[in-house]
Amino acid sequence: MSTVTPTLDPPIVAVRSARRRVARRTTYALSGLTVVWVAVFLVRITQGDFLISLPDAVRIFLGAEIPGASYILMESKLPRAVLGTGVGVALGLAGAIFQTTLHNELASPDIVGVTLGASAAAVFGIVVLGQSGPVISALAVAGALGVALTVRALADGHNGYRLVLLGIGISAVMSAVIQYLFTRVDEFNATKVLQWLGGSLSNVDWRAIGLFFALAVPVVGAIAWRSKVLRVAELGDDLRAGLGAGPGSVDALIALAVILAGLATAVAGPVAFVAFLAGPISRALTGGRTRLVAAALVGAVIVVLGDHIGAYLLGDINLPVGIITGAIGAPALIWLIATGRTARGSR
Amino acid sequence: MTARASRLAIALLMLAVVASVCSLLIGSRWLAPASLWAALTDGSDPLTGIAHARLDRTLLAAAVGAALALAGALLQGVTRNPLADPGILGINAGASFAMVVAMAGFGISDLGAYVAVAFLGAGLALILVHAVAAAGQDGATPTTLAICGAAVTAVLASATSAVLLLDRQTMESFRFWQVGTVSGRDLSVLTIGAPFLAVGVVLGLLCIRLLDAAALGDDLARALGRRLGRDRAVVAIAVVLLAGTATALAGPIAFVGLLVPHAVRALAGPGHRTVLPLCLLGGAVLTLLADTVGRVLLPPAEIQVGVMVALIGGPAFVMLVRRGRTVAL
Repeated sequence: MSTVTPTLDPPIVAVRSARRRVARRTTYALSGLTVVWVAVFLVRITQGDFLISLPDAVRIFLGAEIPGASYILMESKLPRAVLGTGVGVALGLAGAIFQTTLHNELASPDIVGVTLGASAAAVFGIVVLGQSGPVISALAVAGALGVALTVRALADGHNGYRLVLLGIGISAVMSAVIQYLFTRVDEFNATKVLQWLGGSLSNVDWRAIGLFFALAVPVVGAIAWRSKVLRVAELGDDLRAGLGAGPGSVDALIALAVILAGLATAVAGPVAFVAFLAGPISRALTGGRTRLVAAALVGAVIVVLGDHIGAYLLGDINLPVGIITGAIGAPALIWLIATGRTARGSR
Repeated sequence: MTARASRLAIALLMLAVVASVCSLLIGSRWLAPASLWAALTDGSDPLTGIAHARLDRTLLAAAVGAALALAGALLQGVTRNPLADPGILGINAGASFAMVVAMAGFGISDLGAYVAVAFLGAGLALILVHAVAAAGQDGATPTTLAICGAAVTAVLASATSAVLLLDRQTMESFRFWQVGTVSGRDLSVLTIGAPFLAVGVVLGLLCIRLLDAAALGDDLARALGRRLGRDRAVVAIAVVLLAGTATALAGPIAFVGLLVPHAVRALAGPGHRTVLPLCLLGGAVLTLLADTVGRVLLPPAEIQVGVMVALIGGPAFVMLVRRGRTVAL
């Protein structure tokens, strides 16, 4: 901003240009992320072991029937890309809300055990109660809420390391429950176990996807409606209270995030570390501000890309997306600890 | 040994005997003591198969539990970290990942080689977790160590799952092992592991004085003439021997190494001369009881000992965290 008009007061100019810089950075980040997500989505539905050209894909969408390609696109590639986007958005939103309201980068739903709780409840419903469909979604949400309330009660207002350690303990119990439930099944399906321990998009059909979106879209809408609270909550509890936003408004937002994480887990399992990664990556891109839209887009990109890599990295072997995101996410967690960028002192 | 400690020792010894007897008698089929004895001594008895399977599994559970509890006590002592446990710190995950790679990648099927590979994995995981935790700004605090351990476990679990998906055959042999179980293994497994466990136990028990010195803090320990680097290396070797062998024998079992030392310290006081031997007994009692209860809790299926211990150990871990004494020991 070298061409300052002499009639203006310099501080005003400085503030204005600083505000513009932030706004511009956010715009760049959001549009860049949108482009990346579209690109990843197109790669997921056209590339891989069965190549479908983009014009062919458009023709199939318009109703043309191309033998082979139609089936693979509509029943395998497209559902996974669509669901990957939905699950990624849900987990990204949930993670960003947790991390921002709890002021702790480690406190995402996957690390504090919420998604594994949802998974254990869903597996219980499948294996013991023999249920499917909406009942599983309801159970998963109940499991997620149950773990969230338990951890919250145990943490007693300590949102720092204590919360994370409690989550580790509860996660260990939940994965023991999941593993046990699966050893009870006569026909042991290891792929299923991996799905419910780490997350996978491989066993989905359009009905499950429709159910997920029908339930998740209203929740996302409610989050968008309540999202102003987040910007105030970012300032810390005292300032938030001073600005007139009570603790109830934050709790409502966290509850919505928990429900969203539960719904995503019901359909794809607890896809590892997506919720944990989306927040920090999106903040790095937007220059430190938490933007829920950015976190949602980052989540979508991670899941769709991770699913693509898992499906085609090793020839015929279809690695679940959770293995890929786990292999990326855990080193990121280690890096966060090693560089000390965690919520120190807030125990 | 104080009177309190010796009373506890006698009680634990009796408990261990009772737990072993229960483990021999109780199961999906109850064996009366007389018929058990007949089955064990007379080879032609129809129950011989069951009786020997029970005996093998009892010995294995006792050995694995004792080893894990001692490893936990050593880790907690030398790092003054109340949350230390071979399972939580990723050591068991390192051992199991190394074994899966050995099975699937190099076709190793000899049990002696498994054990060696498990040591390698356990050792590397131990070094990795401590190196990463120490790199942080606060150094290797109990909290960063526990979180690093969880993260390393997550990476290794991802990698283990990936390898298992690549290789169906390994998956089949791994299926129950991965949960942590002592059933269905014959005595040859234990005879291969026993020498390593014995060396680990002896080495661990030799650490009593250095652990007592370490409990005073780094500066005082140094002032007492301890060489901290060497001491830590000795303890690390003992832990790797104990936890690596236990994982190779029974799969990754968490929380035994966490629970038992805490219980023993609460009952007998903090001196390692009493804590370490009592942990051996306490660990055996815990795994024997968990295994026996798991057999009868939800018939007809069994609950694996790894799951049982996690169900007890998780809440205990939560309690420890809530007590908030995350640094003091």
